[in-house]
Amino acid sequence: MATVADTHGVEHEHGPAKGIMRWITTTNHKDIGTLYLCFAMAMFLVGGAMALIIRAELYQPGLQLVDPHFFNQMTTLHALIMVFGAVMPAFAGFANWMIPPMIGAPDMALPRLNNWSFWVLPFAATLLVITLFLEGGAVASGWTLYPPLVLQMGDSLPFTIFTVHLLGLSSIMASINIIVTIFNLRAPGMTMMKMPMFVWTWLITAFLLILVMPVLAGAVTMLLTDKFFDTSFFNAAGGGDPVLFQHLFWFFGHPEVYIIVLPAFGIISHVIPVFSRKPLFGKNSMVFATAVIGILSMIVWAHHQYTVGMPVPAELYFMYATMLIAVPTGVKVFNWLATMWKGSLTFETPMLHAMGFLVLFVFGGFTGIMMSQAPADLYYHDNYFIVAHFHYTLVGGGVWGIFAGFFFWLPKWTGRMYDERLGKLHFWLSFLGFNLLFMPQHFLGLAGMPRRIPDYAVQFTEFNQMSTVGAFIFGFAQLLLIYIAYKAIKGEGEKATDEVWEGAKSHGLEWSLSSPMPYHHSFEGVDISKAIKDE
Amino acid sequence: MILHNLKRSFVALFLGMMGKAAWADYQLNIPVGPDETSRLIYDFHMYAIWICVGIAVVVFGVMFYSIINHRKSKHPVPATFHENTLLEVVWTIIPVLILIGIAVPATKALIKIEDTSDSDMTIKVTGYQWKWLYEYPEEGIKFFSSLDAASNEARQIGSGIDPETVPNYLLNVDHPLVVPINKKIRFQITAADVLHAWWVPAFGWKKDAIPGFMNAAWVKIEKPGIYRGQCAELCGRDHGYMPIVVKAVTEEEYNSWVAQWKQEHAGMQVSSEEWTLDSAMNLGKAAYNTHCASCHQADGSGITGTFPALVGSAVVTGDLDQNLEVVLEGKGAMPAFGADQNISDEDLAAIVTYIRNAFGNETGDLVKPEDIADIR
Repeated sequence: MATVADTHGVEHEHGPAKGIMRWITTTNHKDIGTLYLCFAMAMFLVGGAMALIIRAELYQPGLQLVDPHFFNQMTTLHALIMVFGAVMPAFAGFANWMIPPMIGAPDMALPRLNNWSFWVLPFAATLLVITLFLEGGAVASGWTLYPPLVLQMGDSLPFTIFTVHLLGLSSIMASINIIVTIFNLRAPGMTMMKMPMFVWTWLITAFLLILVMPVLAGAVTMLLTDKFFDTSFFNAAGGGDPVLFQHLFWFFGHPEVYIIVLPAFGIISHVIPVFSRKPLFGKNSMVFATAVIGILSMIVWAHHQYTVGMPVPAELYFMYATMLIAVPTGVKVFNWLATMWKGSLTFETPMLHAMGFLVLFVFGGFTGIMMSQAPADLYYHDNYFIVAHFHYTLVGGGVWGIFAGFFFWLPKWTGRMYDERLGKLHFWLSFLGFNLLFMPQHFLGLAGMPRRIPDYAVQFTEFNQMSTVGAFIFGFAQLLLIYIAYKAIKGEGEKATDEVWEGAKSHGLEWSLSSPMPYHHSFEGVDISKAIKDE
Repeated sequence: MILHNLKRSFVALFLGMMGKAAWADYQLNIPVGPDETSRLIYDFHMYAIWICVGIAVVVFGVMFYSIINHRKSKHPVPATFHENTLLEVVWTIIPVLILIGIAVPATKALIKIEDTSDSDMTIKVTGYQWKWLYEYPEEGIKFFSSLDAASNEARQIGSGIDPETVPNYLLNVDHPLVVPINKKIRFQITAADVLHAWWVPAFGWKKDAIPGFMNAAWVKIEKPGIYRGQCAELCGRDHGYMPIVVKAVTEEEYNSWVAQWKQEHAGMQVSSEEWTLDSAMNLGKAAYNTHCASCHQADGSGITGTFPALVGSAVVTGDLDQNLEVVLEGKGAMPAFGADQNISDEDLAAIVTYIRNAFGNETGDLVKPEDIADIR
């Protein structure tokens, strides 16, 4: 440990390099974290704009704004950009910023790999977005890329497949870096079971990514050869099986939803204790619950396919396995509630977002339990009920985790407190807008409106109108988020103390550093084992 | 009931704010359908909802109790406990028990819904981009069913037609599926091109239509009526425009419908003398609306940049052989209609005749079924 720190100690006196080259050549985990977060924010706006096009078209029955083919391109790109461009890079940004200080490491273990895993992303995203301007437009098959429909796409298909390869490359490199950092650069005394929850959830997420991203890469490569080299992996007429793609896709796709939500679990496990002024309840069981969720997430994939005509025993197996996930997830929720219980709660913006997370994610969990049931899912499948469900879990879970983490750590990064009044305004606008956006979609689904349609029968009008109004409130509230971040980065606002939040020092190593954290190596060669609280 | 009224008034209030005076019949829950599969699904759905409501009351109750009573202003000194093995074991075991309580009825319902044995009749459903082919193998009946002309006209961008004025907008077809009540009907579901899914909400289930695979599902309708649904698996540009209409009638009405269908279609093998420009144009218009209008539009105007117009088209008004080649062998996104044995020589001959003489195209060409048969 000490030798690593010594060789880098030379640079210690220098501040960050100047100009654009600082960002292109940086190997500093904090700079790379910032890059990831800025990229995620930009993609959040692009994907959000697409969502608003979708919602605007759905404001009333009949086609007003876009051609159905373009509508399908929007739903496809919205999902791909939000999942791979916004949410995953945002969590990678948090990982870069926070994992080294949380475990007492000087930086990430593989800094050049770190630089590369970020810089692949803007190129991948550009490649994906420019397909909109190719002949025939972008891929319009839904983000699930199901054949045979996806094979009807034109030039956009190879571009999109290459994008998926690049994104997978980036994720795998970032995951390797995170795993190596956690296994090798922990400060003396930072045993595995003493590691903070955010580090634990990311460790498990990184393993999931390494396990499933290659499966997706393989599946889309098979699409590529089916389209251009006359193979028949997914072509029934050639002896292939279109359902095989669905199995491969969801073998990636289901762990993917936990890849999105586990780091959010980690963030919430930090925010709730700090603002409850109590240690996290049941830390060890939280770690085991996360690991169990990770393992179960890999053996439940076909609950996305109850309607494809699987044999009944297979449907039953996937149903039971899926239901089991509710147990460790329940443990996590109960532990969060027990952490709050008899605490001394205050509701600054990060805590508001943590409460928002709890309400929305638990609600999404309930509809999840309903949909895990194969007989009922024969109705819910591919209608607006599922659209509402996964937005409650992925936005209510994932994005609310990002919001909470952003406000929680922003003062630590910039050294300035954000504008608390604006922060609360952003929370309430987002929370109300979000619920107005997605709550009515449950009723649309139950009433029988299928998903991925640009136009609908007139009895679905009222709830679609509410949903669209909510979408615009939720969407435009995010401009406030950018303004808040801009102000904090500009150095406006009150100076943050080192521990930022009252009593935070007892909740982790990162709060013992100055605010902002030193640009270079936060911790180096110091035995901080005494500083780690023995729980 | 109270909940329902609350929701209604919420909706009414919201719409009032948006200045909309009248509102259509919206629906909040799964419909209770006219058959057993639908009731199984509905009952199970309600059972699952009430269990979730129960858990929600406890979880959110604890959460809000804590938010209200353990805030710093009321509870300044936090407790310090951070584990309790007994509690943790209890809240691991209770969810397991609840889940078993859900899994048992779910298993029973699923097994019943998936049991297609002992059916009284079979109907084969094939999904096409963007229409359904229905076949009654026992009766030899076979026909396509696609979006009705009124909806198709209204759904175009800039049509100027208010969907509210179109009866059953987007949920109406040219030829509904007619079935008898009180018979266990086994559906065999497949697809010709890409994935589709056959879903009538009133029956509860949906089933994917997959090229090369034959899926099965069943229904036994107890009440005569018209049940409407839609394709539920993204299948391309017009995924939102391939509705399903099932007309359930008594057995006598069904039998007379079968007899009538057979009678009407018995004369399909027309002799060459009867195959005139007029008869071909009539047949052609109907066949065109089923197979061609979703892309090239009912008036042949196409969609700029996506689907070529047939009005004054060089192919349609030019060399007949080239025109036949495009229709039968396909081109780009257009399927090879000649390869599909479900479309008859008569229909194809009539379609080509129709497009070469309608929309102001006046070639005067009359294509005969034999011409198509020769090429095929």
